[in-house]
Amino acid sequence: MGFLSNVVNGISLGSVYAIIALGYTMVYGIAKMLNFAHGDVIMVGGYLSFISMVYLGLHPVFAVLIAICGCTVLGILIERLAYKPLREASSLDVLITAIGVSYLLQNLALLIWKSDPKVYPSVIQAEPLRFFEGQLIISPVSLVTVLVNILIMVGLTLFTTRTRMGKAMRACSEDKGAAQLMGIDVDKTISLTFAIGSGLAAIAGVLLCSAYPTLMPTTGSMPGIKAFTAAVVGGIGSIPGALLGGLLLGVAEIFAKAYISTQFSDAIVFAVLIIVLLVRPSGLLGKPVNVKV
Amino acid sequence: MAMLAVSDLHVHYGSIHAVKGVSFEVDEGEIVTLIGANGAGKSTTLNTVAGLLKPSSGSVEFEGEGIVGVPAHKMVSRGIALCPEGRRVFTEMTVRENLEMGAFSRFDDEARESRRRIYEHFPRLKERKLQSAGTLSGGEQQMLAMGRALMSRPRLLMLDEPSMGLAPILVQEIFDIIKVLRETGATILLVEQNARMALSIADRAYVLETGRIVKEGSGADLLKDDDVRKAYLGG
Ligand SMILES: Nc1ncnc2c1ncn2[C@@H]1O[C@H](COP(=O)(O)OP(=O)(O)OP(=O)(O)O)[C@@H](O)[C@H]1O
Ligand SMILES: [Mg+2]
Repeated sequence: MGFLSNVVNGISLGSVYAIIALGYTMVYGIAKMLNFAHGDVIMVGGYLSFISMVYLGLHPVFAVLIAICGCTVLGILIERLAYKPLREASSLDVLITAIGVSYLLQNLALLIWKSDPKVYPSVIQAEPLRFFEGQLIISPVSLVTVLVNILIMVGLTLFTTRTRMGKAMRACSEDKGAAQLMGIDVDKTISLTFAIGSGLAAIAGVLLCSAYPTLMPTTGSMPGIKAFTAAVVGGIGSIPGALLGGLLLGVAEIFAKAYISTQFSDAIVFAVLIIVLLVRPSGLLGKPVNVKV
Repeated sequence: MAMLAVSDLHVHYGSIHAVKGVSFEVDEGEIVTLIGANGAGKSTTLNTVAGLLKPSSGSVEFEGEGIVGVPAHKMVSRGIALCPEGRRVFTEMTVRENLEMGAFSRFDDEARESRRRIYEHFPRLKERKLQSAGTLSGGEQQMLAMGRALMSRPRLLMLDEPSMGLAPILVQEIFDIIKVLRETGATILLVEQNARMALSIADRAYVLETGRIVKEGSGADLLKDDDVRKAYLGG
């Protein structure tokens, strides 16, 4: 495959990471917690759309909508049942709970859908586009992924800068006490954040499975961890940071696979990220952390 | 009937007993001040009235209704606003967005009208409306915090150390604004370490010492009081 194709594939994979990273970054921004189970919501989104298309024979559009609604509800439930009771708890307690929720989701998926991998039918059925005598091949899924990513980024930016609830979200992420004094319902805002993040995870799940069509209960873990790293590298809490980190990670991964080693690609990617963080501990677009004494 | 009546209020932080049976009242149209040294429990008292802290016992009545247990975000629509200690403006949002947040519980056209009024009181905020609040000077941030609290058109405005950390000329400016607010009929509960300024504009005052009210009277009387002069006015 040509260099250009690798660039396109990297951007496409990076777009998926960016969409997932948004969920981590938004939840971190508001609840100041790492929602370790976010990756598994992707997997649930994958299964929900799979069932809708394959077992129920629904049109992919409806399958995607079902996945989004299902994951949104799941995200709200996870926050209500697992994290909300821990608002005052230490961050370690919350992290352990989040890891527990992650295992719970994976094992429930194992019970319901069994361990054998499902072959995911792409939501977009079309011929790849070829340019420059096969030097550049763009699969329709890549194209849609990048477009969806752009739409989400623009939409979310407009939401947080133009709407009342979006601004309330920014206010909460900066100072919950002050936000309450303004009349903002912090609990409701946190719920909304989980809802949006999980809805986006469903979209990411559909796009991911369409590009890499093996669906298993552990499908979400690795992309989840990578997207979390992308969020940290971009600067956790920052929406443009999630985009930048995601793209960087996707391109680095595809290039490492193409030109260095398939087996070690993940190791190489994480090494690059560690170097970025050594140089800029708060991430590329993150603000320096002010430790309050 | 008093607009705000606090009686026998106790507040704990874990095992720390910060407010130990405080009672006071604020009548409509009054400026009442709570003065006291660092750690006396002034902020704790205001934060409890605002619903940010839950008292361990005691009652808080606003316009005749008990408000203990009402969540903080519902206080604004009941008519109480707190401009918190340390300003706590949203530094990453613009001046205008900060003001919009202040009117979060109101309708858009009301909010626009409030904003116009605030810009009249604080012309400097208008000049900087698109600037992010974190880049404002300390005095401007304090004005923004006060303007933000006023956006909800509260019937009771609580100000926690509005003059903290400001140069004398800005302190004067802040107190001038409080006087203007009084003329518009606002009811204000003011917490200050700058006891002289606070007592000189207050109708009534309470002195708080380690969680208890040890003295009360009119602002003018306390300014002349020997103990108060020694402890809070530098002799
Ligand atoms: N979050 C907290 N946790 C534990 N103790 C606290 C907390 N906040 C305040 N305190 C304690 O409660 C007491 C009253 O504090 P408070 O902040 O109400 O005082 P204050 O009168 O507002 O003082 P200042 O003039 O310094 O603002 C102090 O002894 C303080 O150490
Ligand atoms: Mg205080």
